[in-house]
Amino acid sequence: MDWQAFALSLRLATVTTAILLAIAVPLAALLVLGRSRWLAALEALATLPMVLPPTVLGFFLLVLLGPRTAFGRGITALLGHPLAFSFNGLVVGSVIYSLPFAVQPLVAGFASVDTALVDAARLLGAGPVRLVTSILVPLARRSLLAAIVLSFLHTIGEFGVVLMLGGDIPGSTRTLSIVLYNQVENFDYAAANHTAAILLGMSVLALALIYSKTQKPESAHGVGRA
Amino acid sequence: MLEFSLDARRGRFHLEVECAFASDWTVVFGPSGSGKSTLLRLLAGLDRPTRGRIALDAHALTDSATGLHLPAGHRHTALVAQQPALFPHLTVAANVAYGLRSLDRPARATRVAEMLALAGATDLASRRPQSLSGGEAQRVALARALAPAPRLLLLDEPFSALDGVASDALLERLQLWLKENQVQAVMATHDVTDALAMGAEVLLLREGRLAALGPAAQVLAAERERLMVRLQGRSD
Repeated sequence: MDWQAFALSLRLATVTTAILLAIAVPLAALLVLGRSRWLAALEALATLPMVLPPTVLGFFLLVLLGPRTAFGRGITALLGHPLAFSFNGLVVGSVIYSLPFAVQPLVAGFASVDTALVDAARLLGAGPVRLVTSILVPLARRSLLAAIVLSFLHTIGEFGVVLMLGGDIPGSTRTLSIVLYNQVENFDYAAANHTAAILLGMSVLALALIYSKTQKPESAHGVGRA
Repeated sequence: MLEFSLDARRGRFHLEVECAFASDWTVVFGPSGSGKSTLLRLLAGLDRPTRGRIALDAHALTDSATGLHLPAGHRHTALVAQQPALFPHLTVAANVAYGLRSLDRPARATRVAEMLALAGATDLASRRPQSLSGGEAQRVALARALAPAPRLLLLDEPFSALDGVASDALLERLQLWLKENQVQAVMATHDVTDALAMGAEVLLLREGRLAALGPAAQVLAAERERLMVRLQGRSD
Protein backbone atom coordinates (compact mmCIF):
# COMPACT_ATOMS: atom_id res chain seq x y z
CA MET A 1 0.00 0.00 0.00
CA ASP A 2 1.40 3.40 -1.03
CA TRP A 3 0.48 5.47 2.03
CA GLN A 4 2.13 8.55 0.58
CA ALA A 5 -0.17 8.42 -2.46
CA PHE A 6 -3.13 7.68 -0.20
CA ALA A 7 -2.38 10.75 1.95
CA LEU A 8 -1.80 12.89 -1.15
CA SER A 9 -5.13 11.79 -2.66
CA LEU A 10 -6.96 12.64 0.57
CA ARG A 11 -5.21 16.03 0.75
CA LEU A 12 -6.01 16.80 -2.88
CA ALA A 13 -9.66 15.81 -2.46
CA THR A 14 -10.04 17.82 0.76
CA VAL A 15 -8.49 21.00 -0.62
CA THR A 16 -10.40 20.67 -3.91
CA THR A 17 -13.72 20.09 -2.11
CA ALA A 18 -13.20 23.12 0.14
CA ILE A 19 -12.42 25.37 -2.84
CA LEU A 20 -15.31 23.92 -4.83
CA LEU A 21 -17.78 24.67 -2.05
CA ALA A 22 -16.61 28.27 -1.87
CA ILE A 23 -17.20 28.58 -5.63
CA ALA A 24 -20.22 26.31 -6.12
CA VAL A 25 -22.54 27.64 -3.39
CA PRO A 26 -22.63 31.25 -4.69
CA LEU A 27 -22.57 30.05 -8.30
CA ALA A 28 -25.54 27.71 -7.76
CA ALA A 29 -27.42 30.45 -5.92
CA LEU A 30 -26.78 32.84 -8.81
CA LEU A 31 -28.00 30.25 -11.32
CA VAL A 32 -31.20 29.66 -9.34
CA LEU A 33 -32.01 33.19 -8.18
CA GLY A 34 -30.52 35.26 -11.00
CA ARG A 35 -32.54 36.61 -13.90
CA SER A 36 -29.86 37.43 -16.45
CA ARG A 37 -30.17 35.88 -19.91
CA TRP A 38 -26.48 34.95 -19.69
CA LEU A 39 -27.06 32.49 -16.86
CA ALA A 40 -27.92 29.64 -19.24
CA ALA A 41 -24.52 30.10 -20.91
CA LEU A 42 -22.84 30.23 -17.49
CA GLU A 43 -24.56 27.00 -16.42
CA ALA A 44 -23.52 25.31 -19.66
CA LEU A 45 -19.93 26.42 -19.05
CA ALA A 46 -20.02 25.10 -15.47
CA THR A 47 -21.36 21.76 -16.74
CA LEU A 48 -18.87 21.43 -19.61
CA PRO A 49 -16.22 19.50 -17.61
CA MET A 50 -18.80 16.75 -17.07
CA VAL A 51 -18.92 15.90 -20.78
CA LEU A 52 -15.36 16.84 -21.73
CA PRO A 53 -12.97 13.85 -21.85
CA PRO A 54 -10.62 14.20 -18.82
CA THR A 55 -7.53 13.77 -20.99
CA VAL A 56 -8.72 16.62 -23.24
CA LEU A 57 -9.30 18.87 -20.23
CA GLY A 58 -5.92 17.86 -18.80
CA PHE A 59 -4.22 18.62 -22.11
CA PHE A 60 -5.84 22.06 -22.40
CA LEU A 61 -4.81 22.89 -18.84
CA LEU A 62 -1.29 21.60 -19.42
CA VAL A 63 -0.93 23.92 -22.40
CA LEU A 64 -2.67 26.85 -20.68
CA LEU A 65 -0.54 26.61 -17.52
CA GLY A 66 2.69 25.82 -19.33
CA PRO A 67 5.37 28.12 -20.80
CA ARG A 68 3.66 28.21 -24.25
CA THR A 69 1.05 30.75 -23.19
CA ALA A 70 1.32 34.23 -21.69
CA PHE A 71 -1.06 33.13 -18.93
CA GLY A 72 1.16 30.18 -18.02
CA ARG A 73 4.31 32.37 -18.10
CA GLY A 74 2.53 34.93 -15.91
CA ILE A 75 1.55 32.28 -13.35
CA THR A 76 5.10 30.93 -13.34
CA ALA A 77 6.52 34.42 -12.77
CA LEU A 78 4.00 35.02 -10.00
CA LEU A 79 4.53 31.74 -8.13
CA GLY A 80 8.18 31.21 -8.96
CA HIS A 81 7.44 27.80 -10.46
CA PRO A 82 5.10 26.40 -13.13
CA LEU A 83 1.72 25.11 -12.03
CA ALA A 84 1.91 22.08 -14.29
CA PHE A 85 3.47 19.03 -12.61
CA SER A 86 2.84 20.43 -9.12
CA PHE A 87 0.30 19.75 -6.38
CA ASN A 88 -1.20 23.22 -6.83
CA GLY A 89 -1.62 22.53 -10.54
CA LEU A 90 -3.50 19.34 -9.65
CA VAL A 91 -5.78 21.38 -7.38
CA VAL A 92 -6.58 23.79 -10.23
CA GLY A 93 -7.30 20.89 -12.58
CA SER A 94 -9.39 19.05 -10.01
CA VAL A 95 -11.48 22.11 -9.18
CA ILE A 96 -12.33 22.62 -12.86
CA TYR A 97 -12.89 18.92 -13.51
CA SER A 98 -15.17 18.38 -10.50
CA LEU A 99 -17.03 21.71 -10.71
CA PRO A 100 -20.24 20.23 -12.20
CA PHE A 101 -20.36 17.57 -9.48
CA ALA A 102 -20.51 20.33 -6.86
CA VAL A 103 -22.73 22.77 -8.76
CA GLN A 104 -25.42 20.44 -10.11
CA PRO A 105 -26.64 18.97 -6.76
CA LEU A 106 -26.67 22.47 -5.27
CA VAL A 107 -28.63 23.91 -8.19
CA ALA A 108 -31.17 21.08 -7.82
CA GLY A 109 -31.36 21.59 -4.04
CA PHE A 110 -31.69 25.38 -4.18
CA ALA A 111 -34.28 25.16 -6.97
CA SER A 112 -36.40 22.82 -4.82
CA VAL A 113 -36.75 25.45 -2.08
CA ASP A 114 -40.22 26.98 -2.28
CA THR A 115 -40.00 30.38 -3.98
CA ALA A 116 -42.54 31.70 -1.45
CA LEU A 117 -39.87 31.26 1.25
CA VAL A 118 -37.35 33.15 -0.85
CA ASP A 119 -39.89 35.94 -1.40
CA ALA A 120 -40.67 36.02 2.33
CA ALA A 121 -36.98 36.39 3.20
CA ARG A 122 -36.52 39.14 0.59
CA LEU A 123 -39.53 41.01 1.97
CA LEU A 124 -37.94 40.85 5.41
CA GLY A 125 -34.80 42.52 4.10
CA ALA A 126 -32.54 39.54 3.37
CA GLY A 127 -29.85 40.35 0.82
CA PRO A 128 -28.30 37.69 -1.42
CA VAL A 129 -25.73 36.51 1.15
CA ARG A 130 -28.24 36.14 3.97
CA LEU A 131 -30.74 34.52 1.62
CA VAL A 132 -28.18 31.85 0.78
CA THR A 133 -26.78 31.29 4.26
CA SER A 134 -30.02 31.46 6.26
CA ILE A 135 -32.56 29.97 3.84
CA LEU A 136 -31.14 28.13 0.82
CA VAL A 137 -28.25 26.26 2.45
CA PRO A 138 -30.15 25.09 5.57
CA LEU A 139 -33.12 23.94 3.48
CA ALA A 140 -30.94 22.22 0.89
CA ARG A 141 -28.48 20.66 3.34
CA ARG A 142 -28.85 17.18 1.83
CA SER A 143 -27.91 18.59 -1.55
CA LEU A 144 -24.94 20.26 0.11
CA LEU A 145 -23.89 16.90 1.54
CA ALA A 146 -24.28 15.31 -1.89
CA ALA A 147 -22.15 18.06 -3.44
CA ILE A 148 -19.42 17.56 -0.82
CA VAL A 149 -19.32 13.78 -1.17
CA LEU A 150 -19.49 13.75 -4.97
CA SER A 151 -16.75 16.39 -5.28
CA PHE A 152 -14.53 14.50 -2.85
CA LEU A 153 -15.02 11.12 -4.51
CA HIS A 154 -14.72 12.45 -8.02
CA THR A 155 -11.39 14.04 -7.10
CA ILE A 156 -10.14 10.91 -5.34
CA GLY A 157 -10.86 8.81 -8.40
CA GLU A 158 -9.74 11.17 -11.18
CA PHE A 159 -7.06 9.88 -13.50
CA GLY A 160 -6.93 11.54 -16.90
CA VAL A 161 -6.52 15.11 -15.68
CA VAL A 162 -4.01 14.05 -13.01
CA LEU A 163 -1.86 12.12 -15.45
CA MET A 164 -1.90 14.84 -18.10
CA LEU A 165 -1.39 17.79 -15.78
CA GLY A 166 0.59 16.28 -12.92
CA GLY A 167 2.43 13.30 -14.33
CA ASP A 168 3.66 10.83 -11.74
CA ILE A 169 5.83 12.58 -9.16
CA PRO A 170 5.91 10.74 -5.80
CA GLY A 171 4.74 12.95 -2.93
CA SER A 172 3.69 15.72 -5.28
CA THR A 173 1.33 14.45 -7.98
CA ARG A 174 1.21 10.64 -7.60
CA THR A 175 -2.31 9.86 -6.44
CA LEU A 176 -3.95 6.49 -5.73
CA SER A 177 -5.32 6.29 -9.28
CA ILE A 178 -1.81 6.71 -10.70
CA VAL A 179 -0.52 4.09 -8.29
CA LEU A 180 -3.21 1.69 -9.49
CA TYR A 181 -2.29 2.38 -13.11
CA ASN A 182 1.40 1.73 -12.36
CA GLN A 183 0.59 -1.52 -10.53
CA VAL A 184 -1.45 -2.80 -13.46
CA GLU A 185 1.23 -1.77 -15.91
CA ASN A 186 3.75 -3.76 -13.85
CA PHE A 187 1.38 -6.79 -13.73
CA ASP A 188 1.29 -6.51 -9.93
CA TYR A 189 -2.38 -7.50 -9.78
CA ALA A 190 -2.35 -8.34 -6.07
CA ALA A 191 -1.29 -4.82 -5.14
CA ALA A 192 -3.63 -3.40 -7.80
CA ASN A 193 -6.52 -5.34 -6.25
CA HIS A 194 -5.66 -3.86 -2.88
CA THR A 195 -5.53 -0.30 -4.21
CA ALA A 196 -8.73 -0.75 -6.24
CA ALA A 197 -10.49 -2.21 -3.20
CA ILE A 198 -9.60 0.89 -1.17
CA LEU A 199 -10.94 3.23 -3.90
CA LEU A 200 -14.08 1.10 -4.26
CA GLY A 201 -14.65 0.94 -0.48
CA MET A 202 -14.39 4.72 -0.16
CA SER A 203 -16.92 5.19 -2.96
CA VAL A 204 -19.40 2.69 -1.53
CA LEU A 205 -19.14 4.18 1.96
CA ALA A 206 -19.65 7.71 0.68
CA LEU A 207 -22.63 6.76 -1.49
CA ALA A 208 -24.18 4.88 1.45
CA LEU A 209 -23.79 8.08 3.46
CA ILE A 210 -25.50 10.16 0.77
CA TYR A 211 -28.40 7.75 0.32
CA SER A 212 -28.92 7.31 4.07
CA LYS A 213 -29.31 11.08 4.35
CA THR A 214 -31.39 11.59 1.21
CA GLN A 215 -33.93 8.79 1.53
CA LYS A 216 -36.18 10.94 3.69
CA PRO A 217 -38.17 13.56 1.81
CA GLU A 218 -36.89 17.15 1.98
CA SER A 219 -38.25 19.01 4.99
CA ALA A 220 -41.61 20.66 4.47
CA HIS A 221 -40.96 23.98 2.84
CA GLY A 222 -44.23 25.61 3.66
CA VAL A 223 -46.60 25.17 6.40
CA GLY A 224 -48.44 22.67 7.51
CA ARG A 225 -51.69 21.14 8.08
CA ALA A 226 -54.90 23.16 7.93
CA MET B 1 -50.79 57.87 0.57
CA LEU B 2 -50.10 55.12 -1.94
CA GLU B 3 -50.12 56.12 -5.61
CA PHE B 4 -49.38 53.91 -8.54
CA SER B 5 -49.63 53.68 -12.28
CA LEU B 6 -48.73 50.20 -13.47
CA ASP B 7 -48.53 48.30 -16.69
CA ALA B 8 -47.41 44.69 -16.31
CA ARG B 9 -47.63 41.63 -18.53
CA ARG B 10 -47.42 38.09 -17.18
CA GLY B 11 -47.77 35.72 -20.12
CA ARG B 12 -51.19 36.42 -21.62
CA PHE B 13 -52.36 38.38 -18.57
CA HIS B 14 -52.13 42.14 -18.77
CA LEU B 15 -52.51 44.37 -15.71
CA GLU B 16 -53.00 48.05 -16.38
CA VAL B 17 -54.13 50.13 -13.46
CA GLU B 18 -53.63 53.66 -12.22
CA CYS B 19 -54.96 55.03 -8.93
CA ALA B 20 -54.22 56.47 -5.50
CA PHE B 21 -55.28 55.06 -2.13
CA ALA B 22 -55.92 57.81 0.37
CA SER B 23 -57.73 55.64 2.91
CA ASP B 24 -55.89 53.86 5.73
CA TRP B 25 -57.53 50.60 4.72
CA THR B 26 -58.25 49.73 1.10
CA VAL B 27 -59.75 46.50 -0.15
CA VAL B 28 -58.77 45.24 -3.60
CA PHE B 29 -61.77 43.20 -4.67
CA GLY B 30 -62.09 41.00 -7.72
CA PRO B 31 -62.65 37.44 -8.85
CA SER B 32 -59.79 34.94 -9.02
CA GLY B 33 -57.48 35.83 -11.90
CA SER B 34 -58.41 39.52 -11.90
CA GLY B 35 -54.86 40.54 -10.99
CA LYS B 36 -55.09 41.13 -7.23
CA SER B 37 -52.02 39.08 -6.31
CA THR B 38 -50.06 40.45 -9.28
CA LEU B 39 -50.84 43.99 -8.11
CA LEU B 40 -49.73 43.25 -4.53
CA ARG B 41 -46.48 41.61 -5.71
CA LEU B 42 -45.71 44.70 -7.81
CA LEU B 43 -46.44 47.01 -4.88
CA ALA B 44 -44.24 44.86 -2.61
CA GLY B 45 -41.34 45.06 -5.06
CA LEU B 46 -41.19 41.32 -5.67
CA ASP B 47 -41.88 41.86 -9.37
CA ARG B 48 -41.11 44.74 -11.71
CA PRO B 49 -43.76 46.30 -13.91
CA THR B 50 -43.20 46.61 -17.65
CA ARG B 51 -43.81 50.30 -17.16
CA GLY B 52 -45.00 52.40 -14.28
CA ARG B 53 -44.46 54.20 -11.04
CA ILE B 54 -45.23 53.44 -7.39
CA ALA B 55 -44.94 56.08 -4.67
CA LEU B 56 -45.62 55.84 -0.96
CA ASP B 57 -46.08 59.13 0.89
CA ALA B 58 -44.62 60.93 -2.15
CA HIS B 59 -41.44 58.80 -2.08
CA ALA B 60 -40.92 56.84 -5.29
CA LEU B 61 -40.46 53.09 -4.76
CA THR B 62 -40.52 52.12 -8.42
CA ASP B 63 -40.19 54.35 -11.45
CA SER B 64 -39.51 52.72 -14.79
CA ALA B 65 -38.81 56.12 -16.35
CA THR B 66 -35.71 56.57 -14.17
CA GLY B 67 -34.93 52.87 -13.72
CA LEU B 68 -35.64 53.10 -9.98
CA HIS B 69 -36.76 49.90 -8.29
CA LEU B 70 -36.20 49.66 -4.55
CA PRO B 71 -35.86 45.96 -3.77
CA ALA B 72 -38.43 44.18 -1.59
CA GLY B 73 -37.37 44.60 2.01
CA HIS B 74 -36.09 48.13 1.38
CA ARG B 75 -39.41 49.87 0.77
CA HIS B 76 -41.01 49.67 4.24
CA THR B 77 -43.62 47.37 2.79
CA ALA B 78 -44.81 44.04 4.20
CA LEU B 79 -46.79 41.38 2.39
CA VAL B 80 -48.81 38.63 4.06
CA ALA B 81 -49.84 36.06 1.47
CA GLN B 82 -52.47 33.35 1.66
CA GLN B 83 -49.66 30.81 1.90
CA PRO B 84 -47.87 31.72 5.17
CA ALA B 85 -44.43 30.56 3.89
CA LEU B 86 -42.92 30.24 7.35
CA PHE B 87 -39.29 29.15 7.39
CA PRO B 88 -39.59 25.45 8.34
CA HIS B 89 -36.14 25.19 9.92
CA LEU B 90 -36.77 28.04 12.40
CA THR B 91 -39.04 28.25 15.42
CA VAL B 92 -42.03 30.58 15.38
CA ALA B 93 -40.11 33.14 17.48
CA ALA B 94 -37.11 32.96 15.12
CA ASN B 95 -39.44 33.41 12.14
CA VAL B 96 -40.87 36.59 13.66
CA ALA B 97 -37.37 37.82 14.56
CA TYR B 98 -36.01 37.24 11.02
CA GLY B 99 -36.62 40.81 9.88
CA LEU B 100 -35.33 42.40 13.11
CA ARG B 101 -31.61 42.09 12.57
CA SER B 102 -30.99 45.75 13.26
CA LEU B 103 -32.32 45.44 16.83
CA ASP B 104 -30.23 44.20 19.73
CA ARG B 105 -31.23 40.93 21.38
CA PRO B 106 -33.46 42.30 24.22
CA ALA B 107 -35.26 44.73 21.89
CA ARG B 108 -35.76 41.93 19.40
CA ALA B 109 -37.23 39.61 22.04
CA THR B 110 -39.60 42.36 23.21
CA ARG B 111 -40.71 43.09 19.67
CA VAL B 112 -41.30 39.39 18.92
CA ALA B 113 -43.41 39.03 22.07
CA GLU B 114 -45.44 42.13 21.16
CA MET B 115 -46.14 40.94 17.63
CA LEU B 116 -47.05 37.41 18.71
CA ALA B 117 -49.44 38.87 21.28
CA LEU B 118 -51.05 41.09 18.65
CA ALA B 119 -51.57 38.09 16.36
CA GLY B 120 -52.85 35.94 19.24
CA ALA B 121 -49.94 33.55 18.84
CA THR B 122 -48.00 34.00 22.09
CA ASP B 123 -48.30 30.32 22.98
CA LEU B 124 -46.73 29.28 19.70
CA ALA B 125 -43.33 30.97 20.17
CA SER B 126 -41.27 27.81 20.63
CA ARG B 127 -43.18 25.68 18.12
CA ARG B 128 -41.94 24.65 14.66
CA PRO B 129 -44.02 25.70 11.64
CA GLN B 130 -44.68 22.06 10.68
CA SER B 131 -46.65 21.58 13.91
CA LEU B 132 -48.97 24.55 13.33
CA SER B 133 -52.48 24.49 11.91
CA GLY B 134 -53.20 26.64 8.86
CA GLY B 135 -54.83 29.35 10.97
CA GLU B 136 -51.95 29.40 13.48
CA ALA B 137 -49.45 29.67 10.65
CA GLN B 138 -51.34 32.65 9.19
CA ARG B 139 -51.25 34.39 12.59
CA VAL B 140 -47.49 33.86 12.79
CA ALA B 141 -47.03 35.11 9.21
CA LEU B 142 -48.88 38.30 10.16
CA ALA B 143 -46.72 38.78 13.27
CA ARG B 144 -43.56 38.26 11.19
CA ALA B 145 -44.64 40.77 8.55
CA LEU B 146 -45.52 43.46 11.11
CA ALA B 147 -42.39 43.03 13.24
CA PRO B 148 -40.10 45.31 11.17
CA ALA B 149 -42.67 48.14 11.48
CA PRO B 150 -43.66 48.61 7.84
CA ARG B 151 -45.31 51.77 6.50
CA LEU B 152 -47.47 49.78 4.10
CA LEU B 153 -49.06 46.41 4.85
CA LEU B 154 -50.27 44.29 1.93
CA LEU B 155 -52.60 41.41 2.77
CA ASP B 156 -53.43 38.80 0.15
CA GLU B 157 -56.40 36.84 1.55
CA PRO B 158 -54.34 36.39 4.70
CA PHE B 159 -56.91 34.84 7.04
CA SER B 160 -58.51 32.29 4.76
CA ALA B 161 -57.67 29.46 7.17
CA LEU B 162 -59.20 31.20 10.21
CA ASP B 163 -62.85 30.73 11.11
CA GLY B 164 -65.14 33.77 10.84
CA VAL B 165 -65.13 34.70 14.54
CA ALA B 166 -61.34 34.38 14.91
CA SER B 167 -60.78 36.25 11.66
CA ASP B 168 -63.07 39.12 12.69
CA ALA B 169 -61.43 39.43 16.12
CA LEU B 170 -57.94 39.46 14.59
CA LEU B 171 -58.95 41.99 11.94
CA GLU B 172 -60.38 44.28 14.60
CA ARG B 173 -57.15 44.15 16.66
CA LEU B 174 -55.07 44.59 13.55
CA GLN B 175 -57.01 47.63 12.31
CA LEU B 176 -56.64 49.29 15.70
CA TRP B 177 -52.90 48.59 15.78
CA LEU B 178 -52.42 49.86 12.22
CA LYS B 179 -54.23 53.08 13.08
CA GLU B 180 -52.12 53.62 16.22
CA ASN B 181 -48.94 52.99 14.26
CA GLN B 182 -50.01 54.91 11.14
CA VAL B 183 -49.60 51.97 8.81
CA GLN B 184 -51.57 52.01 5.58
CA ALA B 185 -53.11 48.65 4.61
CA VAL B 186 -54.23 47.17 1.32
CA MET B 187 -56.09 43.85 1.46
CA ALA B 188 -56.91 41.69 -1.54
CA THR B 189 -59.96 39.47 -1.32
CA HIS B 190 -62.51 37.79 -3.54
CA ASP B 191 -64.93 37.42 -0.61
CA VAL B 192 -67.63 40.08 -0.92
CA THR B 193 -68.65 39.75 2.75
CA ASP B 194 -65.08 40.55 3.81
CA ALA B 195 -65.03 43.61 1.59
CA LEU B 196 -68.42 44.85 2.75
CA ALA B 197 -67.87 44.13 6.44
CA MET B 198 -64.92 46.51 6.65
CA GLY B 199 -66.73 49.42 5.06
CA ALA B 200 -63.45 50.47 3.58
CA GLU B 201 -62.42 52.08 0.31
CA VAL B 202 -62.67 49.40 -2.38
CA LEU B 203 -60.77 49.02 -5.64
CA LEU B 204 -62.71 46.76 -7.98
CA LEU B 205 -60.45 44.90 -10.40
CA ARG B 206 -61.72 43.10 -13.48
CA GLU B 207 -59.37 41.30 -15.86
CA GLY B 208 -56.45 43.45 -14.82
CA ARG B 209 -58.27 46.77 -15.19
CA LEU B 210 -59.66 49.19 -12.63
CA ALA B 211 -63.46 48.83 -12.80
CA ALA B 212 -64.31 51.13 -9.87
CA LEU B 213 -62.82 52.84 -6.83
CA GLY B 214 -64.78 54.23 -3.89
CA PRO B 215 -66.68 53.37 -0.72
CA ALA B 216 -67.53 49.67 -0.35
CA ALA B 217 -71.29 50.19 -0.25
CA GLN B 218 -71.14 52.09 -3.52
CA VAL B 219 -68.59 50.03 -5.47
CA LEU B 220 -70.00 46.71 -4.35
CA ALA B 221 -73.70 47.64 -4.53
CA ALA B 222 -74.44 44.98 -7.14
CA GLU B 223 -72.54 42.27 -5.22
CA ARG B 224 -74.29 43.34 -2.03
CA GLU B 225 -77.68 43.06 -3.72
CA ARG B 226 -76.84 39.60 -5.02
CA LEU B 227 -75.68 38.52 -1.56
CA MET B 228 -78.88 39.82 0.06
CA VAL B 229 -81.04 37.98 -2.47
CA ARG B 230 -79.12 34.78 -1.85
CA LEU B 231 -79.45 35.13 1.94
CA GLN B 232 -83.16 35.92 1.63
CA GLY B 233 -83.64 32.88 -0.58
CA ARG B 234 -82.04 30.70 2.08
CA SER B 235 -84.15 32.13 4.92
CA ASP B 236 -87.40 31.55 2.92
